[in-house]
Amino acid sequence: MLAQQLVNGVLLGATYSLFALGFTLMFGVLRVINLTYGFYFSAGAFVALWLTKQMGLGIWLALPLGAVAAGVVAVAIDWLLLTRLRWRPTAELDSLMVTLGGVLALYSVMTAWLGPDIRRLPPGLISADALVWGGLRVTMAQLLILGATIVLVSALLALMRFTRLGLAIRAMAEKPDAAGLMGINTARTSALVSFLSGCLAGAGGVLIGLNFNAIQPYMGESMMLRGFVVIIVGGLGDIRGALIAGLALGVIEVLTAGYVASGLKEAVSFAILVAVLWTRPQGLFGRAVVRRA
Amino acid sequence: MAGELEIAGLEISYGKTEAVCGINISVPAGNTVCLIGANGAGKTSTMRAISGLLKPRAGRIVLDGADITGMAPHLVAARGLLQVPEGRQIFAELTVAENLALGAWLVDDAAEIARRRDGVLQRFPRLRERLGQLAGLMSGGEQQMLALGRALMGEPKLLLLDEPSMGLAPLFVDEIFAIIETLKREGTTILLVEQNASAALEVADFAYVLENGRIVLEGPAAEVAGDPKVIAAYLGG
Ligand SMILES: Nc1ncnc2c1ncn2[C@@H]1O[C@H](COP(=O)(O)OP(=O)(O)O)[C@@H](O)[C@H]1O
Ligand SMILES: [Mg+2]
Repeated sequence: MLAQQLVNGVLLGATYSLFALGFTLMFGVLRVINLTYGFYFSAGAFVALWLTKQMGLGIWLALPLGAVAAGVVAVAIDWLLLTRLRWRPTAELDSLMVTLGGVLALYSVMTAWLGPDIRRLPPGLISADALVWGGLRVTMAQLLILGATIVLVSALLALMRFTRLGLAIRAMAEKPDAAGLMGINTARTSALVSFLSGCLAGAGGVLIGLNFNAIQPYMGESMMLRGFVVIIVGGLGDIRGALIAGLALGVIEVLTAGYVASGLKEAVSFAILVAVLWTRPQGLFGRAVVRRA
Repeated sequence: MAGELEIAGLEISYGKTEAVCGINISVPAGNTVCLIGANGAGKTSTMRAISGLLKPRAGRIVLDGADITGMAPHLVAARGLLQVPEGRQIFAELTVAENLALGAWLVDDAAEIARRRDGVLQRFPRLRERLGQLAGLMSGGEQQMLALGRALMGEPKLLLLDEPSMGLAPLFVDEIFAIIETLKREGTTILLVEQNASAALEVADFAYVLENGRIVLEGPAAEVAGDPKVIAAYLGG
């Protein structure tokens, strides 16, 4: 029973990690608090829903396409709302207010358009089989989550560590002005970072939709608290920190739901957030301002 | 030779406070020009406006005949104007090698990048031993060498140096000025901002004195260095 819960927790946590990776990338590099981020999660899930239901695509195509669509949405929203605020001295407060209003507007438009009801992915989208091994059950959906997370996280780490774009992103995260002086097109790099983080949020949305088979407009909103917990525990801009903290949060939530009360999950997340902020504002793993890849 | 810079009527303000009030500066190709002045005179603001990091309120900045006023920093850099900013601004969380690679960001040819890196490492042998180390872990002097080396990776037509000797031990200050001297002899056009006026006036061909956002004196460096007011205010006379 406990072992099963741990497995479920890690797999749930994997999607939190994905979601938080995009969040930490966006915060760490673009240095704005973008509260529309949760919307990309919902957007990815809805695009995948539409692709599987209306267009009859399989999950193998719907997942990447949903992620890419969310990335495009992220670039568009970032460009629309934040371009003019980005390098102002008051950028943090300005972006907080603009995106707080922006995300409410986005959710309400989405709800007006698509309705508030919970939607289900088409039956049989993914095999209902499960691997059973010594009493542990891992469903195909969970395996997909695990596989997709490993692929995406490895790809992101490799991108940051071994590519020219990754070098530009790391430079920009640390000193945007100096990066510009090197000849890096910071506006374009910002857009690419928005795209990447939108993709990660979107992929997270598709996978959570698949895991719980429930998709509705505000699904991204409840993820935002988790996103904050993960980046605060893991350290702002810290990729490895986000990964570990995401997995841990998934496990904690599943254990809370299993042994305490399901309704207390959010309260526990919030308690962790406050406890870490009080005691270790630099995150559990490191320095205050790291952008480790 | 290239890297000729003409600045006309440059005005910079932060909100209501005017930092630079209509200055003219000219840097002929191949020359070393220095801009001296007290803290807060507007030197860094001028440098940032030239490299595109801030938009001037008025004025024209012309590099080799092309108007670059208000152009984004990466486009200015692509024209061969490279700046070593105040406070060095090296990438502390990246390795020395990565910092140098970023200096050659605009170069695609790997062989060319390797050639330039060899040149930079010959100039700054200290950096060679530190290639794999995080830049932020080096001493201030070494970081300044890295900042210079990083700019040289881009083979600047016009090199802007904003207080390269700031906060350095005397030994490093001498080394920095020796390097500036060498670059000058090699024909690099240089605009040097310094509070260390005596060293700057020694290396420069021409000098401007900036006070409260205005040029109060200009002339050949030797003449400026002999000016009684300059001696009193900047040369500790
Ligand atoms: N980011 C800024 N915001 C507001 N005022 C600034 C800013 N940067 C510089 N200033 C002001 O502009 C004037 C010139 O500063 P600066 O160009 O840094 O001078 P210097 O480099 O000669 O020391 C100073 O009065 C300074 O206080
Ligand atoms: Mg200055």
